[in-house]
Amino acid sequence: MHTKTIAELLNSLNKGECSSEELTKIYLDRIKNYDKNMNTFITVTEEAALKAAREADQQRQQGKIALLTGIPIAHKDLLCTKDIKTSCGSNMLHNFISPYDATLVTKLKEAGTVLLGKTNMDEFAMGSSNENSFYGPVLNPWDTKAVSGGSSGGSAASVAASFTPGATGTDTGGSIRQPAALCGVTGLKPTYGRVSRYGMVAFASSLDQAGPLAKTAEDCALLLQAMAGLDVKDSTSADKPVPDYRAQLNNSLAGLKIGLPKEFFGNGLEPIIEKSVQEAVKILENAGAIIKEISLSNTPLAIPTYYVIAPAECSSNLSRFDGVRFGYRCKNPKNLEDLYKRSRGEGFGAEVKRRLLIGTYVLSAGYYDAYYLQAQKVRKLITQDFQEAFKDIDIILGPTTPAPAFNLGDKVKDPVSMYLCDIYTISVNLAGLPALSMPGGFVNNRPIGIQLIANYFEEGKLLNVAHQFQQLTDWHKKIPVAFEESSK
Amino acid sequence: MPFSRDAIEYVAHLARLDIRDTQDIDAIQADLNRIVAMVDQITAANTDGIQPMAHPLEMVQRLRPDAVIEPNDRETLLSLAPMSEAGLFLVPTVLEEA
Repeated sequence: MHTKTIAELLNSLNKGECSSEELTKIYLDRIKNYDKNMNTFITVTEEAALKAAREADQQRQQGKIALLTGIPIAHKDLLCTKDIKTSCGSNMLHNFISPYDATLVTKLKEAGTVLLGKTNMDEFAMGSSNENSFYGPVLNPWDTKAVSGGSSGGSAASVAASFTPGATGTDTGGSIRQPAALCGVTGLKPTYGRVSRYGMVAFASSLDQAGPLAKTAEDCALLLQAMAGLDVKDSTSADKPVPDYRAQLNNSLAGLKIGLPKEFFGNGLEPIIEKSVQEAVKILENAGAIIKEISLSNTPLAIPTYYVIAPAECSSNLSRFDGVRFGYRCKNPKNLEDLYKRSRGEGFGAEVKRRLLIGTYVLSAGYYDAYYLQAQKVRKLITQDFQEAFKDIDIILGPTTPAPAFNLGDKVKDPVSMYLCDIYTISVNLAGLPALSMPGGFVNNRPIGIQLIANYFEEGKLLNVAHQFQQLTDWHKKIPVAFEESSK
Repeated sequence: MPFSRDAIEYVAHLARLDIRDTQDIDAIQADLNRIVAMVDQITAANTDGIQPMAHPLEMVQRLRPDAVIEPNDRETLLSLAPMSEAGLFLVPTVLEEA
């Protein structure tokens, strides 16, 4: 049962082959049996999940069936959930019980989902390996020596290990797509503004966007359908109708123009990843797509630009953590300044501190123009590259990451080498575009991700291409051996 | 521009961040200098005549009727505070008694 997709589970629920309570128990048992070693969950809400599942079953019996009634899911621990701990993977929020639900949490609840718990993540979503979590790293279900990717590592790994059929994540520089690629699942970062950020603990407000992770593109379509839409509580949420994503899944790819950015296939890309990407291109070409080479010439500037803008915004956003109103407070502060400094010093981990220092530096007098203003201009150049490209093509295709999952501990000592993991994902956030990562092969039993990028608000096209690809391949159906056996 | 130790301590003060306990300052200095060297690549980019981009979408701030939509839930919010008293947040003494 646990190997089924959300679409298949809905089918089983509709036919009465199983109840939501039975399903929920299966996933809770799997978490209990296997997650101790994997560390994908920070909080498991067993009692509330079973109660919600029984309520979903009652609703279904009464014919009150919403889009996802009875489907278990998990939320990244950065999304506020009323009466449930929301830690952001940080000592700072280790004891924080949110007094309200994030809008997307409310929306998924209204769609009938059952919350299994909250997933592990890099502290405040800053990281690409999940090694920055206060709760310890998430292991990769395909190879426990490898990282899960990050920052939504717990969400990606829990889907890969079939602890949940779907999960939410957030993506500021690749935090949905990179762990999805490294764990062999499908993950979608929607257009900036497509999903409300209300109740999502802010990291970099002009880049953050929440999206779904699941086994298939079809499941991501179902989850996005429930998540997307205008929210008056988020002034940056887009006032645009949400299309029926599933209705587009079966569109033909004949005549679809796919662009391959030459900058995504240069130095730094492992040959085995390039080979998998080229194989994916061939499959789509055989399905009728037209392949073109394109150029996104400012790609090499994406990481340096991001590491000005994201830290600048985070240094501003994280100033709210002061030891006064909520979160961690140091013991016996001498005075107000000591309270601020030590609460923040003891509450935040090393990577968060690095980014606070960088962000404060690039915003400080004397450096603002050279760094922050210049980064905003380069951001415009990067965005213009995409806008130019989308005049001729429908979709951009390339690798999600330059290499498969690396070993735990390999990059911890060198932050810049960690940052370079996001070379192909980061420019998408700077431009605000939607993009998706889908499974496209393996190297030494570690998954490879293929990235698709579309123009603004064309999530439907991304899901369509990924769904068609998944009709022609079976990478997304592979289950890590250790998690194949059925639990009870 | 490389970070001096003084610069790190100054920036840490601006960020109201105690960095003494976690990592030794030499390691922080080395990391920050590697990051700044990487970030410095943008300074060479030609951005003449380019408008800075603060936000990915060309949106204008939406207005809504000025109505109360959030309840004033003082008790719940104060219950999240590490220290509170008589309906107020507690901080160390800011003004000394005369």
